[in-house]
Amino acid sequence: MRPGPQQAGATIQVMRDESTFRVKAGLAQMLKGGVIMDVVNAEQAEIAERAGAAAVMALERVPADIRRDGGVARMSDPVLIKGIQEAVTIPVMAKARIGHFAEAQVLEALEVDYIDESEVLTPADEDNHVDKWDFKVPFVCGATNLGEALRRIGEGAAMIRSKGEAGTGDIVEAVRHMRRIRSDIRKLTVCDDMELATAAKELQAPIDLVRGVARDGRLPVVLFCAGGIATPADAALMMQLGAEGVFVGSGIFKSDDPERRAAAIVEATTHYQDAERVARASEGLGGAMRSLETRKLDEQQLLANRGW
Amino acid sequence: MSVQAAGRLRIGVLALQGDFGAHAQMLRELGAHAVEVRVPADLQGLDGLVLPGGESTTMTLGIEREGLAEPLREFARTGAPVFGTCAGMIMLDREHLGVMDTRCRRNAFGRQVRSFESPLELPGIEGPPVRAVFIRAPWIEEAGEDVEILASVDGHPVAARQDNVLVIAFHPEIAGETRVHELFLAQVAQRSGV
Repeated sequence: MRPGPQQAGATIQVMRDESTFRVKAGLAQMLKGGVIMDVVNAEQAEIAERAGAAAVMALERVPADIRRDGGVARMSDPVLIKGIQEAVTIPVMAKARIGHFAEAQVLEALEVDYIDESEVLTPADEDNHVDKWDFKVPFVCGATNLGEALRRIGEGAAMIRSKGEAGTGDIVEAVRHMRRIRSDIRKLTVCDDMELATAAKELQAPIDLVRGVARDGRLPVVLFCAGGIATPADAALMMQLGAEGVFVGSGIFKSDDPERRAAAIVEATTHYQDAERVARASEGLGGAMRSLETRKLDEQQLLANRGW
Repeated sequence: MSVQAAGRLRIGVLALQGDFGAHAQMLRELGAHAVEVRVPADLQGLDGLVLPGGESTTMTLGIEREGLAEPLREFARTGAPVFGTCAGMIMLDREHLGVMDTRCRRNAFGRQVRSFESPLELPGIEGPPVRAVFIRAPWIEEAGEDVEILASVDGHPVAARQDNVLVIAFHPEIAGETRVHELFLAQVAQRSGV
């Protein structure tokens, strides 16, 4: 190793700021253009990693099973999370119940890379979300509109995903939420200062964040989509609608050929603007997950309504 | 280097996955023409290339899928400046593309809870230290004779140069820090005779 000019290579004892918001939101920047896959064990995590997942999301049951089996859905068993962490080198995220800060503390103690305070699990608090500023580990949260997204960011979320309707394999809610968030943002960009104050009131969102969105024309954190993605074309659709990356839950491991479908969704997420590539990626994947039409679900079966 | 001069430079940014958008935006703000690279044909006519941060496993698989490994090596062999950050630094090492005589240790600083930012002195950069953001960052575990180490953290190299290739383990592009990209563009401009 040839030393550089100014005695470089010497140890610099740096002053180190850990877990700044920039560091927390920065990991989401590195996940952009990627696919984050739900996994329930180490074996699935390995399949996801081999297929090109940018990260995996550990949870007790995939949303389709939560829907089918009912009951209270909770944080995953730490043994499974540790097994997943040992099995892969990509980031490992894990879900905690809305408002369940003790589950979040456990996940932080396990050193997961991101905590998803998720409506897919049964909420623990019907009034309050976790105070995410309290944590060193960054949080991702779901949102159905801009106000909800900014409330979560105000609470410390460092990444947002549109909620969609998890476990259905029906893309319609993901489209609705992504379009809603993006159109809410566009509307802010043409407001004057007085109107922004009113918009903040109507969105029930912090005024500073509303001003920032109006100025930048985007959220201050990375925006992924989730809930209902089952095919490569679904991923390409969401990316063209403005998602910066994709979460896939039941869509992979509830399909006929998880490994191929996972790789195909990764490919379509990279080449979302190239229809020929998306077409090729879509070929011969076998059956998609068993799907549910969201429109035919009862109000109380909807997960996206959880969180406030 | 003037903004006008940089405007003639075509810089590719590997866009398989990761924060390529932040790099492209910074390069554009500095006056260069940024081109997203997803397939080998995208490498044509470029004056320089950036390999961004992202997930190194995802990026490795993407390079394989697209048949980009040899075209990327070939591009680096022409002597055109190449700049790798974080996962990009890993892609260029012996165990990946083999463009640089280094071996990187992935996630060397630990999981996300150990991610950090700190001021860092870099030779060739004037003014206050660079605000270096390290996210699940690698470091250089081994480097050959021809590799010049530019900066280290806790004794571990996090910035280095070998001929036309510059690598750093951190992310100036998400900290609004333009000076490392300016350094890279100056190198491109010099080679392209702009």
